[in-house]
Amino acid sequence: MAEGSKDRGGPGPAEPEEDSPNMIVYRKMEDIVTRIQDEKAGGVAIRTVKSFLSKIPSVVSGADIVQWLMKNLSIEDPAEAIHLGSLIAAHGYIFPINDHVLTLKDDGTLYRFQSPYFWPSNCWEPENTDYAIYLCKRTMQNKARLELADYEAENLARLQRAFARKWEFIFMQAEAQVKIDRKKDKAERKILDSQERAFWDVHRPVPGCVNTTEMDIRKCRREKNPHRVKKSVYGVPDDGQSQPSPVHVSSQPARKPTREDVQKEITFLNTQLDRHCMKVSKVADSLMTYTEQFLEYDPFVSAVDPSIPWITDDTTFWDLEASREPSQQRVKKWGFSLEEALKDPAGRDQFLKFLESEFSSENLRFWLAVQDMKRRPHQEVSSRAQEIWQEFLAEGAPSSINLDSHSYERTSQNLKDPGRYSYEDAQDHIFQLMKSDSYARFLRSNIYQDLLLARKKVSYTHTPRSLICTALTHSPHRSYFFYAWLAIKIKSQICDLFFMNSVKYGSF
Amino acid sequence: MSQDPLEGCRISAGKKSAVSLGKALHPPNLLVVVEGTCGACVAASPVSAPEGSCSYNVAHHHLCVCVRVCMAWQGLQKGETLASLKQESENLRRKLEEERGKLTDVELHQVAEKVETVAALSIKTRRVLKGHGNKVLSMDWCKDKRRLVSSSQDGKVIVWDAFTLNKEHGITLPCTWVMACAYAPSGCAVACGGLDNKCSVVPLSLDRNENVTAKKKSVAMHTNYVSGCSFTNSDMQLLTSSGDGTCALWDVESGQLLQSFHGHTADVLSLDLAPSETGNTFVSGGCDMKANVWDMRSGQNIQSFDNHQSDINCVKYYPSGDAFASASDDATCRFYDLRADREVAVYQKDSIIFGASSVDFSLSGRLLFAGYNDYTINVWDVLKGTRVSVLFGHENRVSRVRVSPDGTALCSASWDNTLRVSRT
Repeated sequence: MAEGSKDRGGPGPAEPEEDSPNMIVYRKMEDIVTRIQDEKAGGVAIRTVKSFLSKIPSVVSGADIVQWLMKNLSIEDPAEAIHLGSLIAAHGYIFPINDHVLTLKDDGTLYRFQSPYFWPSNCWEPENTDYAIYLCKRTMQNKARLELADYEAENLARLQRAFARKWEFIFMQAEAQVKIDRKKDKAERKILDSQERAFWDVHRPVPGCVNTTEMDIRKCRREKNPHRVKKSVYGVPDDGQSQPSPVHVSSQPARKPTREDVQKEITFLNTQLDRHCMKVSKVADSLMTYTEQFLEYDPFVSAVDPSIPWITDDTTFWDLEASREPSQQRVKKWGFSLEEALKDPAGRDQFLKFLESEFSSENLRFWLAVQDMKRRPHQEVSSRAQEIWQEFLAEGAPSSINLDSHSYERTSQNLKDPGRYSYEDAQDHIFQLMKSDSYARFLRSNIYQDLLLARKKVSYTHTPRSLICTALTHSPHRSYFFYAWLAIKIKSQICDLFFMNSVKYGSF
Repeated sequence: MSQDPLEGCRISAGKKSAVSLGKALHPPNLLVVVEGTCGACVAASPVSAPEGSCSYNVAHHHLCVCVRVCMAWQGLQKGETLASLKQESENLRRKLEEERGKLTDVELHQVAEKVETVAALSIKTRRVLKGHGNKVLSMDWCKDKRRLVSSSQDGKVIVWDAFTLNKEHGITLPCTWVMACAYAPSGCAVACGGLDNKCSVVPLSLDRNENVTAKKKSVAMHTNYVSGCSFTNSDMQLLTSSGDGTCALWDVESGQLLQSFHGHTADVLSLDLAPSETGNTFVSGGCDMKANVWDMRSGQNIQSFDNHQSDINCVKYYPSGDAFASASDDATCRFYDLRADREVAVYQKDSIIFGASSVDFSLSGRLLFAGYNDYTINVWDVLKGTRVSVLFGHENRVSRVRVSPDGTALCSASWDNTLRVSRT
């Protein structure tokens, strides 16, 4: 059997895959377990516990481990410490001495530490032949504590069928292992047996338990050294029939950076140096302002009218959002920026309505047309670009927009080879124009103000920054709201029917 | 400083031009001055090669020449060795760090001290979507705020109405590990891809009896697995990221490659489009520990951040588009501002040792939901940098978290074969 003593060294010198994602986590867990066992440095006392007629060597109670984790990893909630401890157990670093299921309990349950020889960082991928030898060995030893669990008995039966031809060999190996084991000291054997069992609990877990050896396929393809993979616990030589590890596929060596690469880097860095950047204080203020502004719209932080569909199974909230009658709160959002106004289909419609009333809708229509063009299939882009030119920019165009001569020149140049981004400059220019001119007037217009203030009598209260959904349902105004939103709901449905066929711009 | 490896030596060139000797010996961007008398016509004139090239014709002369080779140090592009270029790159990096450091006059969490603390959240699972036979690897919400698409290791892609728990469509792909899926903005199609190195678009039909799998159309072709995909603002363009280290923009109808993005030196694991209506940028993160911001028009890498110490599994823009967050196997999530060109916050704890696989912001950007490989979801206060809440519930790794389009719910996909929709 494998020498399971604690002294057997763990990982070797720094390997190239030390920084692989899996290894990073293993090292962190190993650091924790090493610290827990280090009694002198604040670790837990590992003792021998007396039980009936025998002694249980080298154990720790679950509660002690939980306490240590809470104290040393600054964990306030015991549930979190238990969760972390269970994960460490599930990876095989600690295990309960009397259970195949690897979880941590916050009580007197006794746990033991795994030998570094069996640590997952040694890239174990034990074969089924080994597992068969192990189970076989267990049946040979007449000890109550080594009796097979139901699932293990089933596994053994399955393996016997699968390895029918090899069974004699497996049986002999198992006998040999039993002989080796018998030579060991009794107390040491108890520990080694339990560690071996814990190893197999990780690699052949109890049905229903998570198999922590499963890997994310995107990561394991980069494991560089397939030879480091250990396949046999009992020294069974690779008979050549075993498949190469599907998980450890050696990748191509990383391409060394060439001169061009470094030259590109230099160019890139120079561009970055030339870039004008903002101070963090300014940027922080900007982020805070944005967040504050939208906090009342954030359903995770603020209460929402009338109710969250996921909780109450009532989809009114979604129906209202989709309706043509936007709420005051929604209208308020259009005032944050032109982008916000254009993001909302209702906002777009209202802005367009306003511009039409001023006979200056060609700017917005141009902007919308370019947005639409960018979303067309590649084949249609060219013809659409020409159409836009004819409609908005050509001599005597029906909806002539006002571009500065520079942008106009650039755009007509671009149109010689029309593509998705031919109108970028023009679109940008027009957007800025709308933002500084018509948008500001829109916000002062009757059309907008009526919507913003119209519902003042039927005010929806919203409570920003506090989560009091329940308070809302107990609010004395509730029945008033109910009739108000019922009226709106009916009205919006009638409006929907009325407007359904006269939607001009569809979805952009 | 000049190197004269051949100074003083006499080379009998014969019919062979001294140029070809020069070319064989030295890289082309050297100034080679060949002097000497032509053995045939006794014209003693220095024959020099133009800078950067060594091609001129001396084939007709017998030249007994003295070749003096000088290295022309004309600017940084000429004659530099790889080592000196690397040195220069290092110097620039340090200078950049210094410059950026000058602008870091304060930390975000310090400025945020005056902001009101978010009240403790009690987030509960409201829906559990069961039906996948293996690990759920990815999911995406539909713009209608209730439907979503999910993909799994068993090769299946399912479209759900998460509100009613109905499975509306089931698509079977011939490969396992479907790592990427996305819902089209119109709600009429989904895209999915993974180990087959392709990303396919499947139109969804209202007719329940129709076999949607049959209508699947291959759009993107990569030379390694497809790790992420996203539609741009329309059903007609698809952006993909791949294990081959590139991202690419495709025209859905024709399958044509519109633009490819090179720059990552390892697998690209994630991408996210900027949320602006007019924006043309996206951010990607990969196994080279870098997060890069790209210009979709030119294919250029505009900005790059390399603060993480391990693979970046997920990147996501802040709702305003001025910043983004990343999740990494180094067990941290980080927040970067594009205007300051800097990392402005790190979200980490001693007790979190497993990698973060996915992040998403709440609607206002105040909360950051992060899914981890330790089966939990941690909710961070973006401005203050503290943890607001931790969600247990999944029984295996959380592979993806996404907030619904109207911000009302959080969906998490996990290796425990389920998806959970949660909210406070």
